[in-house]
Amino acid sequence: MDKFTNHVGVPVPLRRSNVDTDQIIPAVYLKRITRTGFEDGLFAAWRNDPEFVLNKDAWKNGTILIPGPDFGTGSSREHAVWALQNYGFKVVIGSRFGDIFRNNSGKAGLLVAKVEQDVVERLWDWVEANPGTEIEVCLVDRRISLPDGTTYPFEIDDFTRHRLLEGLDDISMTLQHEDAISEYEALRPSFKPKTIPARVAD
Amino acid sequence: MGRTLSDKVWDAHVVRRGSGGEPDLLYIDLHLVHEVTSPQAFDGLRLAGRAVRRPENTLCTEDHNTPTLNILAPIADPVSRAQVETLRRNAEEFGLRIHSLGDRDQGIVHVVGPQLGVTQPGMTIVCGDSHTSTHGAFGALAFGIGTSEVEHVLATQTLPQARPKTMAVTVNGEMPEGVTAKDLVLTLISRVGTGGGQGYIVEYRGSAIEALSMEGRMTICNMSIEWGAKAGMIAPDQKTFDYLKGRPHAPQSAEWDAAVEYWSTLKSDEDAIFDREVVIDAAELAPFVTWGTNPGQGVPLSASVPNPTDFDDPVDRSAAERALEYMDLTAGTPMREIAVDTVFLGSCTNGRIEDLRLAAEVLKGKKIADNLRMLVVPGSARVLIQAEQEGLDRVFIDAGAEWRAAGCSMCLGMNPDQLAPGERSASTSNRNFEGRQGKGGRTHLVSPAVAAATAITGKLSSPADLAAAEN
Repeated sequence: MDKFTNHVGVPVPLRRSNVDTDQIIPAVYLKRITRTGFEDGLFAAWRNDPEFVLNKDAWKNGTILIPGPDFGTGSSREHAVWALQNYGFKVVIGSRFGDIFRNNSGKAGLLVAKVEQDVVERLWDWVEANPGTEIEVCLVDRRISLPDGTTYPFEIDDFTRHRLLEGLDDISMTLQHEDAISEYEALRPSFKPKTIPARVAD
Repeated sequence: MGRTLSDKVWDAHVVRRGSGGEPDLLYIDLHLVHEVTSPQAFDGLRLAGRAVRRPENTLCTEDHNTPTLNILAPIADPVSRAQVETLRRNAEEFGLRIHSLGDRDQGIVHVVGPQLGVTQPGMTIVCGDSHTSTHGAFGALAFGIGTSEVEHVLATQTLPQARPKTMAVTVNGEMPEGVTAKDLVLTLISRVGTGGGQGYIVEYRGSAIEALSMEGRMTICNMSIEWGAKAGMIAPDQKTFDYLKGRPHAPQSAEWDAAVEYWSTLKSDEDAIFDREVVIDAAELAPFVTWGTNPGQGVPLSASVPNPTDFDDPVDRSAAERALEYMDLTAGTPMREIAVDTVFLGSCTNGRIEDLRLAAEVLKGKKIADNLRMLVVPGSARVLIQAEQEGLDRVFIDAGAEWRAAGCSMCLGMNPDQLAPGERSASTSNRNFEGRQGKGGRTHLVSPAVAAATAITGKLSSPADLAAAEN
C-alpha cells in the first residue's frame, strides 16, 4: 500500500444521508474479479441525473468526498472503496460511517476522516460557495485546511493512521506474530469443527 | 466485574493482546467464502506466494451471482460465469472445500453453515458478507468483512480487531399471535435507526428471544448489520444444543459432552455491565413493514405512510422526502392500500424451512393475485429438498408462485432475479435500499407471513387480514 501523508484536492459535497454501499456501487457491477475498473459503477443510479454533483464541471474531478451521516452502511463489499478510488477519490470526510466500510477503507488506503456533522455542514456551505477550489487534508496533523486559513481537526484511530502513514501491509505485520498464532492453534479445543474432511447429511 | 457473552468469546480468541492503541489479534475459527468478495483476495495470495493457512477452517459455496433457474446449465451471463468459475478454480488450487451449484449442500452461505453444523457456539466466524451476523444466533461472534480482510484471514487465520463496545437488547414478554422475529427486528431498527448499533456488539436477550426458535433467532441476528452493529449474539441454550445435535459437523460422543459443557458457560454474567441497553416489550409488537429506502424506515402494517414533516431531525426529514419520491408514495396512504407487483420469499433472512412452512400455511388452497408474481427461493438446496419432501413446493406452485432453486436470488439484484424499474415488491429479504433488488425497483421489507398474505390480496396484508375478509 502506498504511504498516505497528506492530500490536496477538490472537495465534493454529497448532501445525502444513509448512502449505503449499494448506492456507492450496485451489485450488478460487482462481477469483475479484479480490483480495478469499478469507476463506471460508482453512484451508477445517480450518475444518470445531470444535476448529480459529479456531473457538474466544478466537481467531476473531485478527490475528496463529503457525504452526509451514515455513509457506507449495508453490504460489506470492498468494491465500494475500490469504486471511489478507481474514480479518483483519496479522502472521505463525514460524521458517521458504516463500520465495515471504514475498515475496508483503512485496508485499501482510502482515508476516512471523521468530523462532527456541524463541521460537515460548514464544509458543504464553503465548498458550494467555492466550487472547484482545492483544500488540504493532512493525516500527519489530522487536520483539514481551507485556503482562507480555516482549519478543522478530524478523527482517525491511531492504528489505522500509523498504517496509512507508513503504507504498511497488514498481512506482513500479522505474520510477524506467526509463533503466537501457532501457539494458539496448539491449544484450541479438539471439539472445534473442521470443514475437512467433509461430512454431509445423507 | 462480570463479563458479557461477547467478552467471553472475544477473550477466548485473542492470539495477541494489542497495546497502545493497537488492536487485538483474534483467531478465526471458521471462514465462509463465496464468489463475489473472494477473487481479489485469492489473487493477493498468489501475488505474495502465500497459501491458505487453515483450509480446514474454510468453507466455500456459490450463492450471490447464481441463477435459480436451469442451475445445471452453464451460467448464461459470461461475467457471472467467470466469477463463479474463478471460485471453483481457487478452491481447487488452494485445497478448499466447496459446495457448487447442483450440489446438495450448496446454498446461501449463512444457511449452509448452520445446517452443516459448522456454526457452533463460542466460535469466531467471518465471511466477506455483512449478513455473517446471522451465525450469532448460536452464541458465536460472527461478522462481515471486506475483501482485504478475506485475504488476511486466508493467509493468517486471524484478524486484527479493535474491541467494540457492548449493548444489550432485552425483549421481554410474549409476542402476540401473528408476530414473527422479522417484525421484532424491523421494529427495533425503526426505533434505534440504521446507525444505532455502530461500534457495538449486541446481545439479544430476554424471554421473547429465548422463546424464539433457532431460525427466528437467526433472522434477528441476521439483521444486526441493518442497524449498524458489528455483530449480534444470543446466548446458546438447550434449543441451540438440540438444533446442533446430530448435524454432520457437530461434535460426537465425548467431544459433544465437552462442547456442551463449554457452551453452557457462554452467557453474560449476572453482574456484567453493558455500555448501552435497549428494552422492548414484546407484547407491544405487531406485523411491521417498511415504507422507505433504508430498513429503519418502517411502521406497523396498520399504520400509514408517514409525512416527512413528522420527523424532527432535519437529516431524517430530508431522507424521508427522498424516500417517498423514490418509492412513489404519498404521505398518509394506509400501508394496507399499497399494491405490489412481486412477492419475494427467500434470502439469508427468511429463506429457511420454517419461513417456507409459515408462508405455505397461509397460501395453502389459495391463489396469488392476478398480475402478481411470487418467487419462492429456498435458502439452500437442503431446504429445497426438505420442502419438497413436505409437499411445500406443491402448495406454492398450486397457488401460482414460482418454485426456484437455492441462492441469494432477488435479495440483491446481481443475478437474473431482479425487479424491473418502477416495479414494487414485498420482500422477506433484509434491504430496501434504492435499486437493491434491481435498478429502479421499490422494496417493502416484510415477514414471510405478510409476504404470503400480500401475494393473495395483491396489497400489503397480514394473515389476520385474510381471515377478517373471509368472515
